[in-house]
Amino acid sequence: MADNKEKPGTPSPGRRNFLRDSTLITALSLTPGAVLKAASEKADERFAELFEKIPLRLTVNGQAHALSVEPRVTLLDLLREQLKLTGTKKGCDHGQCGACTVHVDGERVNSCLSLAVMNEGKEVTTIEGLAREGELHPMQAAFIKHDGFQCGYCTPGQIMSAIACIREGHARTRDEIREYMSGNICRCGAYPHIVDAIEEVQKTGGKI
Amino acid sequence: MINFQYLRAGSTEKALALLAKDKNASFIAGGTNLVDLMKKGVSSPDKLIDINKLPLKDISLEEGHIHIGALASNAAVADHALIREKLPLLSMALNKGASAQLRNMATVGGNLMQRTRCGYFYDITMPCNKRKPGSGCGALEGYNRMHAIFGHSENCIAVHPSDMCVALAALDAVVVIGQPNGERRIALSEFHRLPGKTPQLDNNLKANEIILGVEVPLNTYGRHVQYLKVRDRSSYAFALVSVAAALELDGNRIREVRLALGGVAHKPWRLTATEAFLRGREFDPALIREAANRSVAEARAFKHNKFKITLAAESIVQALSEASQQS
Ligand SMILES: Cc1cc2nc3c(=O)[nH]c(=O)nc-3n(C[C@H](O)[C@H](O)[C@H](O)COP(=O)(O)OP(=O)(O)OC[C@H]3O[C@@H](n4cnc5c(N)ncnc54)[C@H](O)[C@@H]3O)c2cc1C
Ligand code: FES
Ligand code: FES
Repeated sequence: MADNKEKPGTPSPGRRNFLRDSTLITALSLTPGAVLKAASEKADERFAELFEKIPLRLTVNGQAHALSVEPRVTLLDLLREQLKLTGTKKGCDHGQCGACTVHVDGERVNSCLSLAVMNEGKEVTTIEGLAREGELHPMQAAFIKHDGFQCGYCTPGQIMSAIACIREGHARTRDEIREYMSGNICRCGAYPHIVDAIEEVQKTGGKI
Repeated sequence: MINFQYLRAGSTEKALALLAKDKNASFIAGGTNLVDLMKKGVSSPDKLIDINKLPLKDISLEEGHIHIGALASNAAVADHALIREKLPLLSMALNKGASAQLRNMATVGGNLMQRTRCGYFYDITMPCNKRKPGSGCGALEGYNRMHAIFGHSENCIAVHPSDMCVALAALDAVVVIGQPNGERRIALSEFHRLPGKTPQLDNNLKANEIILGVEVPLNTYGRHVQYLKVRDRSSYAFALVSVAAALELDGNRIREVRLALGGVAHKPWRLTATEAFLRGREFDPALIREAANRSVAEARAFKHNKFKITLAAESIVQALSEASQQS
């Protein structure tokens, strides 16, 4: 697409160049407050457009939200910074570690590579949404029982991924668990205990 | 990430119309490649057109082929009963790509369009003819362990990173493309390009087009298929070399064969000459070894990727042997 085509040095007259060529100097000389004020007062239409936020409705852990976000905000940053749900972790921010794993409409995804605005109308579940009436989710309990972590940084992502792994039917053997959990890196190397925890929850066969 | 305008398209016509309006607009599907590239500053579209609402998720059995919509997720395709039964090779290849989370997000169209993982392409402080035509190829004299051994040019030695596309190349798939006034079809093996003098062009999709899906002909390989992926760790890593192999055996005689390599070229590397060499012969270890040697005879490696030539040959032997034994 855009970056896949030959563009021999012909600058597009878009907003980006406007920013690069003229506004940058202005922007640097303004305080952030002044920039936002200019944006909100639409003192400069094009400038304001840079800060354009769009409406977003989504449900997080059963609670409906009507938000306003910049298109560039990822689901991960929205959860952590706007909704203050900091249980979901940022490891690599590039889809390479799984620390940011959440469920969207029941499927596990890397929230660092999902733009928040692409989740309009969807249901998101994070680690904060697992416990019921003060009782841990069976997978949370199993991670504690089997010592499935050391530093704990990867754990929220591991647990979200583990629940999905069982629901998908991809946890029938230890090898299968290892393969389908490979999207969650654990720097502390708690892998054997993580597999133990998942295997146990899978074997108890309850609804998770 | 530099901010951009975000629009949702409700129909294919609308998506194409929005695309035509702005030279620096881009579609977004799963976002797993594009968002990554935007964070790195490698891509910086002014406008993103979200195509997820288009009705392109279907996977269906048609006359003589299976149709897979461009927005079907990699996981949905890999796990679909029809695909597992009729196109097990595709299912295997998809399941060896990325992670379960990424496969839930990644789409067929996005997978076809994904860009190279060459470190020089990804690092905007480095020269790269693909990212910035005329700036040079950093990999040529640089760290080129992951790079091409076939079909490269002095302008670019990057490889196409997809697993799915290697299986689709072996299975004679066709890409269905939507245009402002209709559709066209192109063989998957003709879809991606070699770098030549224009490495900035990954493929032959035109600026005003959209991928609608792929069609994969029904075949007679049954279970005699194998997708072998060799990588630095056993899961969740890009291929050093991969092989898609499919055989139709008549007793011990090779009635039909398909072979394609991944991780070795700017496009899925179909080995048609090797296929012709094998067709009609009796399957035996010496023949397979000879076929593998022929397959890599024209490979040209660089300072850090000479191992890929041996690795490719050995992988071909293994993939063909395993494909012949599957039942
Ligand atoms: C950590 C990591 C590991 C990975 N490992 C592997 C691996 O081992 N093997 C492998 O094969 N892949 C791997 N991938 C890549 C992954 O398969 C791709 O990122 C994914 O397939 C892209 O699909 P998407 O829908 O997310 O595309 P997007 O990011 O949404 O889009 C990618 C490009 O395709 C274009 N596009 C999307 N849909 C269409 C359409 N219908 N028509 C025209 N243009 C379109 C977009 O404009 C964009 O330019 C990995 C990715 C990550 C992040
Ligand atoms: S933070 Fe998302 S995968 Fe690492
Ligand atoms: S427990 Fe420390 S990274 Fe997994």
